[in-house]
Amino acid sequence: MSSPTHDPAVLAAIPVRPSRESFAPPRARLFPPIVWAGVLVVAALLAVLPLLNLVFPAGHALHISAFTIALLGKFMCYAIAALALDLVWGYTGILSLGHGLFFALGGYAHGMYLMRATAAAQGADRLPDFMNFLDWKAYPWFWSFTDHFPYAMLLVVLAPGLLALVFGFFAFRSRIKGVYFSIITQALTFAAMLLFFRNETGFGGNNGFTDFREILGFSITAPGTKAALYLLTLAILLGALVFARGLTQSKLGRVLTGIRDGETRLMFVGYDPHWFKLFIWTVSAVLCGIAGALYVPQVGIINPGEMSPANSIEMVIWVATGGRGTLIGPIIGAGVVNGLKTWFTGVFPEFWLYALGLIFVLVTLFLPRGIVGLVLMLRERLQARRAA
Amino acid sequence: MHFLFSLIRLLARLMAVVSDAWRRQVSSASGVLRPIAGLVLACALLAVVPQHAHAATATPIPQTLLAPLAADDTDERLAGIAALGELASPAAAAVLDALGSDRLFATESGRILIQDAQGAVSDPETGETLALPEDASSISINNRLRVGIANALAAQQILTGDVPTRLAAVRSLQRDVDPERAPLLRKALEQEKDPQIIALLRLALANIDLVSEDSATRLSAAQALANATDAGVKTVLAARLVKEADGSYVEPDASVRAAVRIALHRLDIHLSRIEWLGNLFYGASLGSVLLLAALGLAITFGLMGIINMAHGELLMIGAYATYVVQYLFRQFAPGFTDWYLLAALPVAFAASALVGMALERSVIRWLYGRPLETLLATWGISLILMQGVRSLFGAQNVEVGNPSWMSGSMVVLDGLVLPYNRLVIIGFSLAVVVLVWVLLNRTRLGLFVRAVTQNRRMASCVGVPTGRVDMLTFGLGSGIAGLGGVALSQLGNVGPDLGQAYIVDSFMVVVLGGVGQLAGTVIAAIGLGEINKFLEPYSGAVMAKITILVLIVLFIQKRPQGLFALKGRSVE
Repeated sequence: MSSPTHDPAVLAAIPVRPSRESFAPPRARLFPPIVWAGVLVVAALLAVLPLLNLVFPAGHALHISAFTIALLGKFMCYAIAALALDLVWGYTGILSLGHGLFFALGGYAHGMYLMRATAAAQGADRLPDFMNFLDWKAYPWFWSFTDHFPYAMLLVVLAPGLLALVFGFFAFRSRIKGVYFSIITQALTFAAMLLFFRNETGFGGNNGFTDFREILGFSITAPGTKAALYLLTLAILLGALVFARGLTQSKLGRVLTGIRDGETRLMFVGYDPHWFKLFIWTVSAVLCGIAGALYVPQVGIINPGEMSPANSIEMVIWVATGGRGTLIGPIIGAGVVNGLKTWFTGVFPEFWLYALGLIFVLVTLFLPRGIVGLVLMLRERLQARRAA
Repeated sequence: MHFLFSLIRLLARLMAVVSDAWRRQVSSASGVLRPIAGLVLACALLAVVPQHAHAATATPIPQTLLAPLAADDTDERLAGIAALGELASPAAAAVLDALGSDRLFATESGRILIQDAQGAVSDPETGETLALPEDASSISINNRLRVGIANALAAQQILTGDVPTRLAAVRSLQRDVDPERAPLLRKALEQEKDPQIIALLRLALANIDLVSEDSATRLSAAQALANATDAGVKTVLAARLVKEADGSYVEPDASVRAAVRIALHRLDIHLSRIEWLGNLFYGASLGSVLLLAALGLAITFGLMGIINMAHGELLMIGAYATYVVQYLFRQFAPGFTDWYLLAALPVAFAASALVGMALERSVIRWLYGRPLETLLATWGISLILMQGVRSLFGAQNVEVGNPSWMSGSMVVLDGLVLPYNRLVIIGFSLAVVVLVWVLLNRTRLGLFVRAVTQNRRMASCVGVPTGRVDMLTFGLGSGIAGLGGVALSQLGNVGPDLGQAYIVDSFMVVVLGGVGQLAGTVIAAIGLGEINKFLEPYSGAVMAKITILVLIVLFIQKRPQGLFALKGRSVE
């Protein structure tokens, strides 16, 4: 009986070593067709708006005001930041209260170029005003090469990326998790805010950078430039959405979700969560930095207030309101919360903080999956009722 | 006429105050400024003296002293002025005063006449009153003379003034080193009785002797200065050790240089000791503030594990409760306003505790076990509370005053200033720590709290009402935050944003100290305060704070459990 069996039926029952492919998740489509359609329709609608602003004169029925364009452009920047935050919070379970820092760093990196371009347009040897106030005669070393647009763009990626890489490397290595991680990211952005508030740091202190005139030789206030920036933001938002979707649908994305749902188990299975976390954390920071870089020329100002802990937490609530762990959710959330903010500060300015506070409380208590979760739940109920 | 003079006198006195403040700032000022300072001082002194001047014009002054005043040579006239100053008689002061304000006349025969502020003319030599002769002309003076007059009048004050006047005069003379004053100071030293003034005079003399021609005098002066505690002496001493351009020392004698070095060293030790103690005190003060801000959080976050982002707003509520109590006292019991703070303590505790308990029952308890959601919800609550306070009290800061027994300060060790309000708050924070410790370790509630913290289900099984204990514990932590708010209202501004400034700091303290550790919180708070104050002189206040935050972040990387980790085998 000890001899190996040759019975074909028994042999067939012994599992052969499975091929690699069978472990990989079934290659899902990026989005279901209906979502694709929805995304493309909304994107097309958004893309038409600046054209309406350019083509039709003010007063025409189809004219879209420059204010609306600027507002939507700003919201799309916020949406990119929210998407970035969702990658770490919604998919990996790392709650960052410091994403405002990465956003601002990207903004400052781009702002450095804009400041130099503006100063250079006014005179060859001119320095930005705040440097004249400090009685500086030349740009400090960390401003070197920022007059080259490509380098400034590189900095937009590098500044938040490197900071996130270094910070994340140490934080994840010492297995700082949950609220502790959140609290130290908050401390980090708070420290950075204090640093940037100093005039001597060399980033304009309290006032930050503002009063930009030129970008790549174009006037920054011209409607054409604004429309181009808007369309660029829209394209990057779409690209970020597709990229994030690809990422989260991939095997890597599944490991990230695994970290969120059971990090210890994942470690026992043989993964080292450290590198996965560090990767998604850095990607998220870079994406957030890009959002900041798009934000600055459209809004026309960047100051240390962007790094305040309150701003970073507000980003979190965009994600929570829209629905974390979904990619459309943060985009919707950023639009809804900021839309409400714009409406409230216009109509009932003193009630905005009440409303925002209530959103925080109600969303966490009653809408743990956000607006998207609510819609899905309603749809399920509807289907269940229909089936019954 | 009289009115006009009193007006001028008033103006001059105003100038005196200003010039005094200014002189203090430029106490080590360059020689260029000194004549100007002297001028201003001259005006000031000229304004003060006349009150007792014309009452005593009777005492005669010898002609030999008066004649040089009308001489052609400025040096001769300066010597005359100095001689009059050392005469130490009110009559001499009157003459100097008249000279300074163009009321001294000389006839062609050389007779000196004085006209008092009312216009009456007299002869200071004989004291007789007469009409102003035809050939008398006013003696004009220049700026050098004005400075000389001021010095002479100061000398007069040192010799004849009362104790506070003499003290002030010696202090002002001590600041600038003028060898010509040495004889005056010696004379003053001979007749001085007050020990404090004697010590000051000795120092002033030593200052002057330090630059004398005679090396033995300089040596004894350097030795005498070894007991100085005044920072102003340091510059004088240091000046002796400077090398000239040709490599030789300002102080030629090596033994004197050694003595100066010793004196300088001892002075440095004294000054750095004062500075060190000052840092220690202000560090402890900052630490006690951090402790009060974080202690409530040490209970709600440390023991219960609730991330309460509205903690800062509970501090704010405590501070506003203090404001309300102060208002009520001012309104209804103005006689007891000084004691409003004692009444504010229970009120602030109750206000914050009630708000805290309401929060716990309405929001937080639904989120137990979901710390990130708790964080977001409590942040939302903090926004609502902040805006609520803004709606109730306005967006501006409100005024909360120190009671009289907390304002002012004591000075110890020649120059270390300890404000009473900081002293009280250090004591208060320690008292609150003791209170919390007793509550947690010596009461039934404390026992329940610890039981629920350590093993909720087991505690529930043996009959501890965990829900109520949760509520009470959270209320306790919030109430402690309210007490912290009372203390904060005594040190800084009370406004709707008060809490925001402390929320990051409070969490840092608790996390650094180690969650669940009261002792850790205390040590972390005091330690952070001290480190902050000792860093500040090198890096500036903002950089010190940034450095601390970065250090904490680094420290947590190294020891995620904080300074004092609970030993256990928990996986997560």
